[in-house]
Amino acid sequence: MRHEIVHKAELAPGYKLFVIRSPQIAKKIQPGQFVIVRVHEKGERIPMTISDFDREAGTLTMVVHEVGKTSKMLASLKEGDAILDLLGPLGKPSEIRRYGNVVAICRQGTAGALYSIVRALKQAGNRVTVIMGAKSKDYIIFEERMRRLCDEVIIATDDGSAGMRGYAVAALREYLKHNHVDYILAIGPTKMMKTVGKIAKKHGIKATASLGAIMLDGTGMCGACRVTVAGSTKFACVDGPEFDATEVDFDELQRRQEFFKEEERLAFELYEEGT
Amino acid sequence: MKREKRVPMRELAPEERVKSFAEVALGYSEEEAVQEAKRCLQCKDKPCVSGCPVGIDIPSFVRAIRDGDFDKAIAIIRESNYLPGITGRVCPQEKQCEARCTLGKRFEPLAIGRLERFAADYERSRGMRKPAIAEPTGKRVAVVGSGPAGLTVAAYLAERGHSVTIFEALHSPGGVLAYGIPEFRLPREVLDAEVEYVKSLGVEIETNVLVGATYDIDELFELGYDAVFLGTGAGLPRFLGIPGENLNGIYSGNEFLFRVNLMKAYLFPEYDTPIKVGEKVAVIGAGNVAMDAARCARRLGAEVTIIYRRSEEEMPARREEVEHAREEGIKFMFLTLPVAFVGDERGEVRRVRCLRCELGEPDASGRRSPVPVEGSEFEVEADTVIIAIGQSPNPIIAMKHPEIETTKRGTIVVDEWGRTSKQGVFAGGDITTGQATVIAAMGAGKRAAQAIHEYLMGK
Ligand SMILES: Cc1cc2nc3c(=O)[nH]c(=O)nc-3n(C[C@H](O)[C@H](O)[C@H](O)COP(=O)(O)OP(=O)(O)OC[C@H]3O[C@@H](n4cnc5c(N)ncnc54)[C@H](O)[C@@H]3O)c2cc1C
Ligand SMILES: Cc1cc2nc3c(=O)[nH]c(=O)nc-3n(C[C@H](O)[C@H](O)[C@H](O)COP(=O)(O)OP(=O)(O)OC[C@H]3O[C@@H](n4cnc5c(N)ncnc54)[C@H](O)[C@@H]3O)c2cc1C
Ligand code: SF4
Ligand code: SF4
Ligand code: FES
Repeated sequence: MRHEIVHKAELAPGYKLFVIRSPQIAKKIQPGQFVIVRVHEKGERIPMTISDFDREAGTLTMVVHEVGKTSKMLASLKEGDAILDLLGPLGKPSEIRRYGNVVAICRQGTAGALYSIVRALKQAGNRVTVIMGAKSKDYIIFEERMRRLCDEVIIATDDGSAGMRGYAVAALREYLKHNHVDYILAIGPTKMMKTVGKIAKKHGIKATASLGAIMLDGTGMCGACRVTVAGSTKFACVDGPEFDATEVDFDELQRRQEFFKEEERLAFELYEEGT
Repeated sequence: MKREKRVPMRELAPEERVKSFAEVALGYSEEEAVQEAKRCLQCKDKPCVSGCPVGIDIPSFVRAIRDGDFDKAIAIIRESNYLPGITGRVCPQEKQCEARCTLGKRFEPLAIGRLERFAADYERSRGMRKPAIAEPTGKRVAVVGSGPAGLTVAAYLAERGHSVTIFEALHSPGGVLAYGIPEFRLPREVLDAEVEYVKSLGVEIETNVLVGATYDIDELFELGYDAVFLGTGAGLPRFLGIPGENLNGIYSGNEFLFRVNLMKAYLFPEYDTPIKVGEKVAVIGAGNVAMDAARCARRLGAEVTIIYRRSEEEMPARREEVEHAREEGIKFMFLTLPVAFVGDERGEVRRVRCLRCELGEPDASGRRSPVPVEGSEFEVEADTVIIAIGQSPNPIIAMKHPEIETTKRGTIVVDEWGRTSKQGVFAGGDITTGQATVIAAMGAGKRAAQAIHEYLMGK
C-alpha cells in the first residue's frame, strides 16, 4: 500500500498539515485514534493522531509539529511523496456521548488532534467550547475550522497578541467561574493536562486527557507506553490514549517522556548538520 | 570410527562476541558436516523423527550429507520444514530430536540441528531454488501474522496452488524471528532469505496491517478470502506488578529486544531509535527472552546479572544460550525474588529489592516452587532492569471477535487441526499454546494448513 501525500500546507511555523491517501484506514478510523508512521528505512516509529478523515475520498489528515528528527523528516515530505510505513487505526476511539456542556482545551498544534473529536461531540448534541492556547497569534491553528464547528472559541496567547493574555488553563479557570461544564477534554502538553486534571478534580467535572506516552509498536507488545492511572498500570496505545485526567500520574508520564532526551538531541543535531 | 563425541562447532571467542552482534556459532564446514553425519547409526525405527514437531526424515537427510549430496539433503528437509536455516539455529534440539537420538544413550547425540543448519546454509550460499507449485486453485487465504506459524501455513498452501496473503502488523515480517531473537543467534540475512523463499512461492506479504483494526476478519471474507489463519503469537509482555515498575530504565524484555533487534538501536545514531543501557543491568527471568536480553545488554557494554526465582535446573532457556551467556560473563542469581524497584530523585531505577527463596513443593508445572524466606531482604544495584518473565497471547483479534472462543489465559481455542469456533477461521502457534517454540509453531501451522487445504478443496 502506497500512502501518498495528496496535500500539504503550512499552518504555523513548525506545524504542517498533511492529507494522505489511505483508504482502508480512512474507512475504519474513529475520532481520537492514531497511526504509527515511519519515514525512512533506518527510522523510528512515531505516533500521530488523525485529525480528520474523509471516508469517501479515502484520506487521512494529520498535523505534524516539528520537534525532533523524525517529525522534521516527516514534515519535509512533499505532495506526491509517500509515507514509508503507516499503521492504524490504533488506540481506543474517544468516548463520544451527550455530556451536555463540553470544553475542549488544547495548545497550538494539538488543535489538530482535537478536531474530529470535537466534531463528533458536536454531532452527538453537545454544546462545545474550544479553548486554544498558543505562544502568540501566529501559532494559533485551526481557528477558522473550530469557529465553524463549535459554539464558542476562546483564544489565549502567552504574549497577549490574540485573545486573552496567559495560558489556556487560565482561560479554563475563568470560564468555569461563569459556566457550568459537564465534560472537559484536554490534548496538549503534559503540564497543561496535569493542570486540567487538577481543575477538573476540584470542580468534580469528568475530564479526559490524551496522553503522549513514548510508543514503539503501538499495538500492546512492548509496554514502552505504560502509564499509571488510578494506581494501576495501563498501556497508552491500547488502553488509551485517552484516560481520566483526574487519575493520571502526570509526573511519571513527564519523566518517561523525557527519558531519551539526550539521545533525541544527538539524533536531531546530526540530522541538522547533515541537511 | 569415533562415535563418542560430536564434531565441535566453531564459535567466536567470548571476548570477540561481546563487542559485536555478529553470529556466535559459525556452522560446520563441508568436511565437518560429513564427519558428523557419519556418526549417525541410521536407525530403522528413526526415534529422532518422533522428536521433531514437523517430522523431518532425519536419517535420510543425514545420509545424504554423509554421501556428500548436499542438494538432496536440503530437498529432504524442505519436504517437511520451510525454515531450516532458522530451526537449525534456534530449536531447543536437546529437548526434541536430539533428546531421542539412539546415540545419546551412550554417547553425545547426533548434532541434528547443526547438520540441518549446514544444509540450509549450503543452499543459501548457492541461491535457493523454487520448488514446483500446483496449478492455481482459485482459492484465497489470508494469514494473519508473519511469525513461524504464519510463514509455514502460507508456504504450505501456496505450494498447493492457493493464493495466499500474509498480513503483518509490524513493518517487517518474521514475528519473534525479526523482533525478538537477536542477530548474533539468527542473522538477519538468514531470516530474509527464508522469507524470500516463502515469497518465491507466490505468497504476498502486506506489512503494517493490524487485523482487528485495519481489517476485521469478516471484512477479509468479504474481500474474497475463503479461509483465515491466525498466527498472531504471544507478544504481550507481563510485568511483575511490584512497586517502582514504571521507573525510567525499566524495560520489558520485548521493548528492549524490539528496540535493539527490529529497530537496530544498537547502531544508534545511524538508526534513529534510541536505547539506554546503564552500567549494571538486572534481567528478571531465565527463559529465552531473558538470555537474549542479557546478551544484548552485555554487547551494549553493561555488567549483567540474571535474577531468577527458581534454581538453575528449572531455567526454561535453551541450554546452549545459557552456556553462551555464562561464557560472555553474565552472572546468575538463583532463588531470588524481586519485590520492589528503588529509584533516585530523577525517577530512574537504581536498585532491585529482593528476597531469597527456598524450593518448596512442586507446583502445577511440576517444578518445585520457590518460597520466599522471611527477613532475607537484600538489594541488588541496577541502573537498567529488563523484565522477562513471560508473554501472553496478543488479544486484539479476540477483543474484536468475541465469537472466537478463547481460554482464560487468552489463548485461542482450537482442535488438533487448528480449527477455531468460527467457520473458516484457523489458528496455530503461540496464540493457541502460549509461548512455546519456533518449531512447535511451525508444526501447528503445518497441521492447520493441511486442514485449510481440505476445507478449501471441499468447499
Ligand atoms: C498517541 C499520540 C499521538 C500523537 N499525535 C501527534 C500529532 O498528531 N502531531 C504531532 O506533531 N505529534 C503527535 N504526537 C507526538 C509525536 O509522536 C512526537 O512528537 C514524535 O514522536 C517526536 O519524534 P521526533 O523524532 O521528531 O522527536 P524526538 O526528538 O525524538 O522527541 C521529542 C519528544 O517527542 C516524544 N517522543 C519521542 N519519540 C516518541 C515516540 N516514539 N512516541 C511518542 N512520543 C515520542 C518525547 O516526549 C520526546 O521528548 C503524538 C504522540 C502520541 C503518543
Ligand atoms: C526473545 C525470544 C527468544 C526466543 N527464542 C527461541 C528459541 O531460541 N527457540 C525457539 O524454538 N523458540 C524461541 N522463542 C519462542 C518462539 O519465538 C515463538 O514460540 C514463536 O516465534 C511463535 O511463533 P508464532 O508464529 O506463533 O508467533 P510470533 O513469532 O509471535 O509472530 C506473530 C506475528 O503476528 C503479528 N501479529 C500479532 N497480532 C497481529 C494482528 N492482529 N494483525 C497482524 N499481525 C499481527 C506479530 O506482529 C508477529 O509478527 C523465543 C521467543 C522470544 C520472544
Ligand atoms: S526442526 Fe528442530 S526438532 Fe526438527 S529436526 Fe530440525 S532441529 Fe530437530
Ligand atoms: S536416532 Fe540418532 S543415530 Fe539414530 S537415525 Fe536418528 S539421528 Fe541417526
Ligand atoms: S507502544 Fe508498545 S505497548 Fe504501547
